[in-house]
Amino acid sequence: MKKVVVNEAKCKGCGVCVNFCPKSALAMADRINSKGYHPAELANEAACISCGICGRVCPDAVIEVFKP
Amino acid sequence: MKQVYSVPKSLRPVSTHYCPGCTHGIIHKLVAETIDELGVRDRAIGVASVGCSVFSYDYFDCDFQQAAHGRAPAVATGIRRTVPDAVVFTYQGDGDLASIGTAEIVHAAMRSENITVVFVNNAIYGMTGGQMAPTTMVGQRTTTSPEGRIKGLAGEPIRVSEMLATIPGATYVARVSTTSPAHIAKAKRAIKKAFEVQLAGGGFSLVECLSTCPTNWGMSPVEAMEWVDKNMIPYYPLGEFRTPEGGQTNG
Amino acid sequence: MAGRKLFKGNEAVAEAAVRAGCRYFFGYPITPQNEIPEYMSRRLPEVGGAFVQAESEVAAINMVYGAAGTGARVMTSSSSPGISLKQEGISYIAGADLPCLIVNMVRGGPGLGGIAPAQSDYFQATRGGGHGDYHLIVYAPASVQEMVDLTLGAYDVAERYRMPVMILGDGVLGQMMEPVSFPDQMAPDRPAPEWATRGARDGRTPRLINSIYLKPEELYKHNLDMAERFEKASANEVRYEEVLADDAELLLVAYGTTSRVCRAAIEKLRERGIKAGLFRPITVSPFPYDALSKRAKSAKAVLTVEMSMGQLVDDVKIAVAGAAPVHFFGTTGGVIPKASDIAEYAAGIVGEEVR
Ligand SMILES: Cc1ncc(C[n+]2csc(CCOP(=O)(O)OP(=O)(O)O)c2C)c(N)n1
Ligand code: SF4
Ligand code: SF4
Ligand code: SF4
Repeated sequence: MKKVVVNEAKCKGCGVCVNFCPKSALAMADRINSKGYHPAELANEAACISCGICGRVCPDAVIEVFKP
Repeated sequence: MKQVYSVPKSLRPVSTHYCPGCTHGIIHKLVAETIDELGVRDRAIGVASVGCSVFSYDYFDCDFQQAAHGRAPAVATGIRRTVPDAVVFTYQGDGDLASIGTAEIVHAAMRSENITVVFVNNAIYGMTGGQMAPTTMVGQRTTTSPEGRIKGLAGEPIRVSEMLATIPGATYVARVSTTSPAHIAKAKRAIKKAFEVQLAGGGFSLVECLSTCPTNWGMSPVEAMEWVDKNMIPYYPLGEFRTPEGGQTNG
Repeated sequence: MAGRKLFKGNEAVAEAAVRAGCRYFFGYPITPQNEIPEYMSRRLPEVGGAFVQAESEVAAINMVYGAAGTGARVMTSSSSPGISLKQEGISYIAGADLPCLIVNMVRGGPGLGGIAPAQSDYFQATRGGGHGDYHLIVYAPASVQEMVDLTLGAYDVAERYRMPVMILGDGVLGQMMEPVSFPDQMAPDRPAPEWATRGARDGRTPRLINSIYLKPEELYKHNLDMAERFEKASANEVRYEEVLADDAELLLVAYGTTSRVCRAAIEKLRERGIKAGLFRPITVSPFPYDALSKRAKSAKAVLTVEMSMGQLVDDVKIAVAGAAPVHFFGTTGGVIPKASDIAEYAAGIVGEEVR
């Protein structure tokens, strides 16, 4: 399981999580979800420190965060 | 793996109708987390207002009533008086609370109704397409202040928290922001405290949440958050304006 | 029923509501109904209820909405200008299918008008008043005892059809003292209705009190459902009284205070050998159209008497539907018609139409 689980179908591609990730571990994916948005994805899992910030700032309750 | 952040249970697992990046969604999550942590979902009764949050009843997994524009505090009063052990909260925008519903909010505070008010100040009428609100900043362009809000014509924005803090019955009044992880953490503490005041029978509590409207402000979600920090927070200082202990913390 | 006690109309309607199970009152002062909130502020705490003096009639009716949404038996009262302010909330209450009791002790209008009795809120009461496709069940009592009796049954009716019930009185009914009797027993406690929002306890699905239906087909369905319930109420709840109507050639139609004066007028007319009778709607919404229609067929002329420039008369014309000429005698501004003036006017009609 990934440290950051993105419920892609709910993502509105707002970029708020990407903006606040302290480790630049997130990015907007090239693909498009069923709503027509580019969803956020964990692009660099190694960089992620499981701080939970992306989960907390996401307005759409898309992200859950885990710590190994 | 240990879960560090999970989606609150009191929020239904549905997609909201809010625009991408609108911080209404963050505020919903904070309220739902609070309901979860306090274990009051089964006695919570929310009152939805008229504004973009009109459908908030679809998102919170608890009993709800939908109020007329501005009247949520009166509706909450009716609920409060009839179900003594309910946890009653309203969720209102700034047009709803600070314009058409000014009488209702002032008098709910005066009576110190034992309710919690979640007040979303996004300096605009979101739902109706971005008209000027009483909270719109001087100079801010809206569809009804095309040249920017003009002080000499429309006055200066109303500071709801400061105004309500002058009312003896307003037990807890705080202003928070939703525009950074640190602000969100503080916002959560304030919202939880407001509900705790109610649970302790302490009377009226209100948390004013500075919020964004990327769509009607014509900005990206992140730009909108920066706009709040740069333009709104200096005029609308964050902090606790009334606490049950009698203290005040600004800034 | 216990013995009869002298009661002022306003206090009687309040006590009757309490006996019917009302435990919550939200109101704002206005003449000529102030004895109702005053009475409730003393009485409700005695029975474990609550009284709130709201900041306005707008707030009061929205408090009623909130309380009614929890399944409580709840009441508000006001007089004309205040009822105008309540129209927003009444529309929402109707739209959300909530039962409640609203009392309007009508005074003269428009605007601030006067404080003397009037019947000029008939359209407002019977034609919705607020926005949207809805009806209220509106009772128009003519005595303090009748006001008590109608109030005693008001919540059952409001809950059966899930719509607000209004008592349409006026300053005379509110202020006059008459001997009344109340039932000894309070209405028994009842379980909260299955739609009430009191917290989603014991794992039940959350409930919603709401009047929004953004999809036209859904609002259509909801409004049809409301209309069907009102139709059922029209079939079951219509009430009226007839006085000397069987052989009446001249049929007076009047409600509330005016109907009391009309009783005296028909006596005068009968003394003069004119066969006059009275048809008195007790429910003005739903209106007793069928009963009046039937009765009008045996009359040679119909005379509507009301304290307004002509509102009830519209319903009378709908009911009579051309079966007999419909005449109108109205007073306005808070002036109560005199029996002798009504009789005089009626006799004039008789000269033209009945003879
Ligand atoms: C009586 C009444 N007047 C006007 C409206 C139209 N209206 C709907 S939402 C709204 C403004 C909402 O703005 P706000 O409270 O700031 O909430 P936001 O949409 O920004 O979240 C207005 C004026 C209404 N629904 N009812
Ligand atoms: S948990 Fe923290 S570090 Fe990891 S992606 Fe989210 S914000 Fe970035
Ligand atoms: S904050 Fe949420 S909705 Fe926005 S891009 Fe990230 S995951 Fe998607
Ligand atoms: S219009 Fe504004 S306030 Fe409403 S959902 Fe969109 S961004 Fe949020």
